[in-house]
Amino acid sequence: MSVFTLKVNGQSHTVDVDPTTPLLYVLSDDLQLKGPKFGCGLGQCGSCTAIVNGRAVRTCRTPMSTVSGADITTLEGLGTPEKPHPIQKAFIDEQAAQCGFCLSGVVLTAKAYLDQNPKATDAQIQQAMSTVLCRCFTTTRMMKAIKRYATERA
Amino acid sequence: MKNNTSRQDEIAPTLASQTTRAEAEARMTEDALTELRRSGFSRRHFLKGSGALVVAFSVAELAGKLGIAPERMLAQGGNTPQTLDSWIAIGNDGVVTAYTGRADMGQGMSTVQTQLIAEELSVPVNRVRLVQCDTGMTPDQGTSSGSQAHPVNFNHENLAQAGATAREALLAMASTKLGAPVDQLTAANGVISVKSDASKKATYGELIGGKRFNLNLQPNAKRKPQKDWTVLGTSVPRVDMPDLVTARFEFAHNVRVPGMVHGRVVRPPAIGATLVSVDESSVSGMPGNVKVVTKKNWVGVVADKPWQAIQAAEKLKVTWTPGTGLPSQRDFYSYMRNHPGKRDTYQVNSKDVDTKLTGATTRIKATYLHPYQMHGSIGSSCAVADVKGNNATIWSATQAVYPLRNTSAMVLGLEPQNVRVIYARGSGCYGLNGADGVSYDAALLSQAVGKPVRVQLSRKDEMAWGENYGLPFVVDQEAGLDASGNIVAWHYETWSATLGNRPGNNAPGNVASGLLAGFAPAAVAPRANAPDPTNWDNGNNGVPAYVAGRVGAKANGTGTVASERVLTHTVPSPFLTGPLRSPARLQNAFAQESFFDEIAAQVKADPVQYRLRHLSDSRLKDVITAAAKQANWETRPSPKPAIARTGVATGRGVACVLYEGDNGYTAVVAEVDVNQDTGVVQARRLVVAQDVGPISSPNGVRNQLEGGALQGLSRALVEEVTWDDQKITSIDWNTYKTLYVGSQTPVIESVLIDRPETEAMGAGETAITIVAAAVGNAIFDATGVRIRELPFTPERVKAALGAAPANRTQTAQVR
Repeated sequence: MSVFTLKVNGQSHTVDVDPTTPLLYVLSDDLQLKGPKFGCGLGQCGSCTAIVNGRAVRTCRTPMSTVSGADITTLEGLGTPEKPHPIQKAFIDEQAAQCGFCLSGVVLTAKAYLDQNPKATDAQIQQAMSTVLCRCFTTTRMMKAIKRYATERA
Repeated sequence: MKNNTSRQDEIAPTLASQTTRAEAEARMTEDALTELRRSGFSRRHFLKGSGALVVAFSVAELAGKLGIAPERMLAQGGNTPQTLDSWIAIGNDGVVTAYTGRADMGQGMSTVQTQLIAEELSVPVNRVRLVQCDTGMTPDQGTSSGSQAHPVNFNHENLAQAGATAREALLAMASTKLGAPVDQLTAANGVISVKSDASKKATYGELIGGKRFNLNLQPNAKRKPQKDWTVLGTSVPRVDMPDLVTARFEFAHNVRVPGMVHGRVVRPPAIGATLVSVDESSVSGMPGNVKVVTKKNWVGVVADKPWQAIQAAEKLKVTWTPGTGLPSQRDFYSYMRNHPGKRDTYQVNSKDVDTKLTGATTRIKATYLHPYQMHGSIGSSCAVADVKGNNATIWSATQAVYPLRNTSAMVLGLEPQNVRVIYARGSGCYGLNGADGVSYDAALLSQAVGKPVRVQLSRKDEMAWGENYGLPFVVDQEAGLDASGNIVAWHYETWSATLGNRPGNNAPGNVASGLLAGFAPAAVAPRANAPDPTNWDNGNNGVPAYVAGRVGAKANGTGTVASERVLTHTVPSPFLTGPLRSPARLQNAFAQESFFDEIAAQVKADPVQYRLRHLSDSRLKDVITAAAKQANWETRPSPKPAIARTGVATGRGVACVLYEGDNGYTAVVAEVDVNQDTGVVQARRLVVAQDVGPISSPNGVRNQLEGGALQGLSRALVEEVTWDDQKITSIDWNTYKTLYVGSQTPVIESVLIDRPETEAMGAGETAITIVAAAVGNAIFDATGVRIRELPFTPERVKAALGAAPANRTQTAQVR
């Protein structure tokens, strides 16, 4: 067991866990956050995504030993139902979800990419989303919402 | 269709405050549920025995003790669906609580059911609260299967009937109170007033607040006519959307119960392997108080934390017998066709098909193949169970809370009335993922360790053992044509493989967890000589759209071809199977709608015109015409003239269906690019026309239709379950292919035909049913090559193009 300090959604947390523990379990179980979710445990689908030090990271394959002191934002850390982040607002406006399980992967991957590549073309955005999964296939609306956010933030 | 932007604007700002309240209530409800459990009675027990209990506690006292508003205790829980109080309770503040047994699995059912109650009772959407699927709280409405959820609650039965009954009851009460006849009253915003004197009024809270209706559902209560709708028929934003997008929404995966520990299952390494022994010492000393639990061939571990449980499950040494072996995947379609243990059924049989085929000018035959496919939920299945002594509470993403209560009781050896199942949404399911099975897993572990246990399956356990796969199909077809090119006879014969299904009320062995724990799955009862059909049932879409569908004297189908025979053979499957979105319907529609185009090509007829020529149902014709119009369909036969043999070829195809024979009219036009050098097929445009009766929520319907179309495309292009001689080998997203958010996806255009005053139909499984056929027809149009096996992978397409004759002509067997 080892003690780790993380800054999650602006708050500092200290946890004492096996250093091989993937970040996902610390976020979803120790900190009881609802955003990052176990989808595959293999880094293949995106539903466990959090933004770690500015980059979208698949937390199911990220051992705690690699994120000590990291600054982490989960989907609930972006905005609230009353005051959603602009990308969340774009998803609400486009009604861009069905079951909603995949949203950490879809929203945070897009946000982190556009924050780093504010002038990304549609083709580049599409490429950035090429391994993010939504099995309800709400694809059309999600891409619309992402492009709406890209336009607004540009 | 009405444009109600102003209404949306009116509703939107209220959602935020509603969410905050919902959060607070969710917490209150959770406390109340815990208290109820500790008290040893459920809401239903309380209400059933309320006479006795009220002696001990007044409603207000008990409600106070439970931390919930008294009116929430008023409605009758449990299986008393004939009483209005089972469905609707109105508080002193006029807030309407509706209890429904139809689950929102992400298809928008909570929003549209809220709209239904808001409409019938003339209250704003934000004054309606929906409680869904809880055996301690809501009426027993069986299983919420996607395509049936809407019709059941919207066609003057169940929730719709409850809404209408409540409105008439409130009007009658107001009539007495205000001294005016009912026809002089009007209801708006939860207030009934006299039309001629608006100062004479009564709120719902004043009329019934905090009291029971004590009425049965009135079969003659009238629903509001569609022309008077102001909430239904409009695109109310999804009530769950802000919480979903900001991660406030509680999925089954987020349920946390005090004292909860974490479980993991350990599945056999091969199909048919049985448990020999478990070496518990292999995990002794691991952190987290690891415990091992077995029941027959079912093995699980429990630990304090999820990562500890995962590591323990991986490390646990289990000895299994060798597997029983699997039929070769390469020869599986022949295996199905030649299986001796088949069950035969005629859906229609005019008994003149052989004669008509013999007499036909032209005969065409072809065989179509469809693989096993997965639901492939993005989140592996998860449940939390708390079994204490003779009582159990299970939080589950099941589509069937009451049936799961009954089968969980069997698995646990408890009485069903002592098991409470509370629905919490899982990740999108599309039929039968591991939600029921993982509920047994959690329950068995909790029973063994005496603590609440949360189980979430691994990706591999979800894909190899968690879900029941969609059905594989072999389809033989033969049609006879007269000299004018009309179809005069159609023979349709299928082989499909099944094992297990939804567990229903008494078959936990229908899913892997129950099967491994010692329960038997539903098996195929062989029947060699199918009897003549006596009932019309096209729920599986086995009967092609173009035949008459005659059973007895009545033609029930949508087509004109009188000489018809549909014979199905069901054979045992080596893998568990289940109702994957559009079960059997997609497989049948793929074969029928593709074959129909083969016939059209044979007589050089335009596929749209040739369809209209053989259909009798005007609503089905209308959706085809609407889709063709929207797509600017060019009237000509397929394939298109002057096809180049290399490079990218473009084509268009059409397909249609009356889903389940009576549950949604749809036509799809697909435009595709086929890269003839790589075999890659890309859909550029999908035009979907749909008629599902009166439209309750246009944007909700569109969302379903778009998602269904793209899921259909993913299944058409890449999805296929694979196995070797021992086990499933498609166990993750590398080995089971899917389209992604960033995949090249087509533009989707939808045309919704609104049909006021008709029965509501399902919209969830219509488009998905015919995308594969439309795409296959478009590939043929583009290349002249017919591909009769799904999925249309680049390898398969390339091989088919390579094997085609140089002139790329019709390749069906023609006499």
